[in-house]
Amino acid sequence: MSDRLDITLRVNGTEYPVSVEMHRNLLSVIRTEVGLTGTKEGCDDCECGACMVLVDGQPVNSCSYLAAQAQGREVTTVEGLMPTDGLHPLQRNILDEGGVQCGYCTPGMLVSASALLARCPSPTDEDIRIGLSGNLCRCTGYAKIIAAVQRTAAEG
Amino acid sequence: MSFTIASTLDDALAALAAGARPIAGGSDLVVGARHGKAPLPGQLVAIDRIAELRGVCATDSGVAIGALTSHGELESNALICDRWSALADGCALVGSPATRHVGTIGGNVMNASPAMDTGAPLVVLGAEVELRSQRGSRHVTAADLWTGPGRTSAAADELCTVVHLPDQGARSGSAYLRLEYRRAMEIAIVGAAASVSLADDGTVACASVALTAVAPTILAVTGLDTLVGMPVAAAAAAARAAASEQARPISDLRASDDYRRHAVGVMAGRAIEAAARRAAGESIPVPLNRSTGIGAAWSSTGAAS
Repeated sequence: MSDRLDITLRVNGTEYPVSVEMHRNLLSVIRTEVGLTGTKEGCDDCECGACMVLVDGQPVNSCSYLAAQAQGREVTTVEGLMPTDGLHPLQRNILDEGGVQCGYCTPGMLVSASALLARCPSPTDEDIRIGLSGNLCRCTGYAKIIAAVQRTAAEG
Repeated sequence: MSFTIASTLDDALAALAAGARPIAGGSDLVVGARHGKAPLPGQLVAIDRIAELRGVCATDSGVAIGALTSHGELESNALICDRWSALADGCALVGSPATRHVGTIGGNVMNASPAMDTGAPLVVLGAEVELRSQRGSRHVTAADLWTGPGRTSAAADELCTVVHLPDQGARSGSAYLRLEYRRAMEIAIVGAAASVSLADDGTVACASVALTAVAPTILAVTGLDTLVGMPVAAAAAAARAAASEQARPISDLRASDDYRRHAVGVMAGRAIEAAARRAAGESIPVPLNRSTGIGAAWSSTGAAS
């Protein structure tokens, strides 16, 4: 019996019919079949958060989530955070605050931060640290990322 | 090879009877497969959309927690935080917000890791796990369910559907703590849960302790009848000694056996003290690791210091 599944993934509001192996993770299907490469593969072990996407609005490590399980759900990647006319306020603020160095963790940080602000519009620094606790950054020391999230919250 | 999505419990039980294995969030299963722990099963049934298996429901004798209830839902559930606090303490320490959203109590229980943060709380709270199959249903205590690392007494066609917690009675409290080197995406170095009931004079009327990551399964500390009638401080010291004596830890990259044996005693004593404070009516926020500054701090000036 074939281990391929014909499924439809809804990513950033667009439906993508894809044929994937049953055991494929959502991350690789987003990057390869769907063709959106903003979502990164870091550890591929559910530790670093570079692969963070939203599934029905909640943060999920897409490296450790089967693509087949995302059928019928709304997947949002970092590309889906952007409005058509420029940058998302989190993106603008993480640039302005200097919260980007190598940039590899940035898409996952933005996705986790957007989920945090959706459920907690006025977070404390502690709330932000917990909200981003599944996202590792080896460059910035986090302080400027936290400042960017605080600035976004303050802008409402 | 097959992958199906069950929309009802009956669908899921039929799939299990036909040889499929269940997947809820997949946070243990998918990561474990890549580590070579066990390949992903050839037949999978996704159970994450079965609405009847999700949620926290007060019952006549306690609370029923649907197996698909996430760690995130449990750490923020007011009833669980207030009356079964140790479980909320444990759930709030699991992984990261993403892990806690995807991970379920049923998956955690059936994964049977001796380092699981919900395990010791479930043991001291007297949890019973409901297993369902097409052949019927049965309840097993957590202690009877776990038979070794990653092993349970459940048959292949049985699905964990509900975790039942009994009422803890008046002047009772519970707490869970773990030793950790970092505050997120961490696995317990060791941990301890305690449940304490206080007599009117403030001495211990009843106490239980269970330990994380010091044996092939979550370890219930025995012989704690001697704590009855003791002041809390003496009971904590006795629990500390008993925990260190009964622990059977291994040495691995996270800690030596000697260190684990010592540290699990410290955790057990502190868990007794915190559970007693909650039993006396004090509100200590979940998770206890953060509110009492145990474990890793964010920084030298962090909130946990």
